[in-house]
Amino acid sequence: MLKYLLEKEFKQIIRDSFIPKLIFIVPIVQLLVLPFAANFEVKNINLAVVDHDRTQHTRRLTEKIISSGYFNLTSEYSSYREALSSIEANVSDIVLEFPLNFTRRLMTDGKSSVLIATNTVNGTVGGLGSSYLSSILSEENINTAVRVVNYFNPHFSYKNYMVPGIIVFLLTIVAGFVSALNIVREKEIGTIEQINVTPVPKGIFLLGKLIPFWTIGFILLTISMVVAWLVYGLFPVGSLGIIYLFAGVYLVIFTGFGLTISAVSSTQQQAILTAFFFLIIFALLSGLFTPISSMPEWAQKFTLFNPVRYFVEVMRMVYLKGSGWADLWPSFVILLLFAAVFNGLALLCYKKSS
Amino acid sequence: MNDIQLSHINKSYGKIEAVKDINLSVSQGEMFGLIGPDGAGKTTIFRILTTLLIPDTGKASVCGYDTVRDYKIIRNMVGYMPGRFSLYQDLSIEENLNFFATVFNTTVTENYDLIKDIYVQIEPFKKRRAGKLSGGMKQKLALCCALVHRPRVLFLDEPTTGVDPVSRNEFWDMLGKLKSQGITIFVSTPYMDEASRCDRIALIQNGSILSVDTPANISASFSRILWTVRANDMYKLLADLRAWPLTYSCFAFGDKHHLVLKEATDKKNLYGYLQMKEHENVLIDTAKPGIEDCFMALLGDNVK
Repeated sequence: MLKYLLEKEFKQIIRDSFIPKLIFIVPIVQLLVLPFAANFEVKNINLAVVDHDRTQHTRRLTEKIISSGYFNLTSEYSSYREALSSIEANVSDIVLEFPLNFTRRLMTDGKSSVLIATNTVNGTVGGLGSSYLSSILSEENINTAVRVVNYFNPHFSYKNYMVPGIIVFLLTIVAGFVSALNIVREKEIGTIEQINVTPVPKGIFLLGKLIPFWTIGFILLTISMVVAWLVYGLFPVGSLGIIYLFAGVYLVIFTGFGLTISAVSSTQQQAILTAFFFLIIFALLSGLFTPISSMPEWAQKFTLFNPVRYFVEVMRMVYLKGSGWADLWPSFVILLLFAAVFNGLALLCYKKSS
Repeated sequence: MNDIQLSHINKSYGKIEAVKDINLSVSQGEMFGLIGPDGAGKTTIFRILTTLLIPDTGKASVCGYDTVRDYKIIRNMVGYMPGRFSLYQDLSIEENLNFFATVFNTTVTENYDLIKDIYVQIEPFKKRRAGKLSGGMKQKLALCCALVHRPRVLFLDEPTTGVDPVSRNEFWDMLGKLKSQGITIFVSTPYMDEASRCDRIALIQNGSILSVDTPANISASFSRILWTVRANDMYKLLADLRAWPLTYSCFAFGDKHHLVLKEATDKKNLYGYLQMKEHENVLIDTAKPGIEDCFMALLGDNVK
């Protein structure tokens, strides 16, 4: 019985003119575009330098800053006021001022200070620019207290960081939202009515719906990982088996979520709006785009109830750090709990509606 | 034995009472028609009988099995064709038929003799997707899919709604053949003219059954004289007739008005009234009452 249901389901998915494209092309495009677009790396920061010291050392430092690749030297100014007016005119983003006796103080006291003034209209440019600048300077002045080291992602590449997260998101969309729409569609067209009067048990019917989406989810995961490897040269440092194991549980969570939505909605519009509402919350509170540690405390608590958060974390850990079972088992247990809760909820909603 | 039995069935959706105290029985091999306007509660009765809906109170049974307790057995024994076309639009005729055969644990060839007459008409298009079929062909396919497991009882909810008159006629001929094979048929329709094709009919309005009998008996139960009236200005005629104190009821019926009077009176009296109202080309006749007239009369009695 299940075999025929599956046969029918796959035929329908393949024949649909839209779903196969949605399932395969959209994710790949997202994987190619998003890591570049959702990139917090800042380049071409316009730097104005005010050098009161005018020694060989300050010139060398300036050159070093420019050669880092992050900064463009707009101009050198003779006074701070002039430099500041260049910020007001939107010519420069950051002003770096070397005070008089900068080099001498460095030689005698072993440390010295500079003034960095940033235009924070674009907070990211300002914030990152000044932190780049101070990290370059601190390399020179070894006595400076702050020292920034980036472990695991030495070049601080946002692509390395975004790609595993985006893969998680693609799985979420296919397992949760496309499956919800598929079942609601049967309701909307009325075919579920015809199925309900046949001897097909409800459980078998739903299983026939879910297995194709689990299959598609694994295919999608594989394609995404191949794309990540070919395009970004990213290959998980940790084990592939762990990724697939977590993905399996994750797919069960989100098909359960999709089932719940399809049980409570009677049209595809209702389903898509409900799904969209949760998608936004899950996305913004997942740590995919913004680090969880910089969220306010109440929002951090919210992320504890977001399954996306755990899988994003796991994927990043396996991809970049090569974490193994010993580090990841707590997340696995939590994901299992989510699977039980969401599928239990789906069961409850279905019982109620029938 | 009765194949369908409904006793004291009630079902409400929120505050709306869809059906009220329904009692019906249909014997084996009978073609039974449920006749009533849209919203009368026909589909609710179908959904209860096909185990899709649980009644609030009352008992329903199909082939002797309770629709709530033995729903699994009933699902193997009945065929259901919902009012709305509900097969897979993206599967072909052949695939739909095979799919429904397999979910009933049977094959198309096993019961081919039952559907053959209908299937040959759509067979030339068997590779075509169901969504691309014309209304008449969709309906034939739906009937095939409902029959493919050789059901003992066939439920057809408004099978001829939205179908042209020729196809409607053909469809009733097909049902006649199925009945001769011993299948019990429970069918609903809003078209009164189709009622005479059934062995027995139930007239239903606002969730209550007004009358259950053979079409002939229902027509015969019409106790008054039925007049048909025509004139040049039909709209004014209807208004004037309804305003006449002697009128019991008057309805537009095709190109005539059907008139029932409160007491026996002669044609002259009626003619005189219409002359006084300055109607031209007045034609008055009597007619044999049909199902629709009976329905209207029953409805009138019910309201008054």
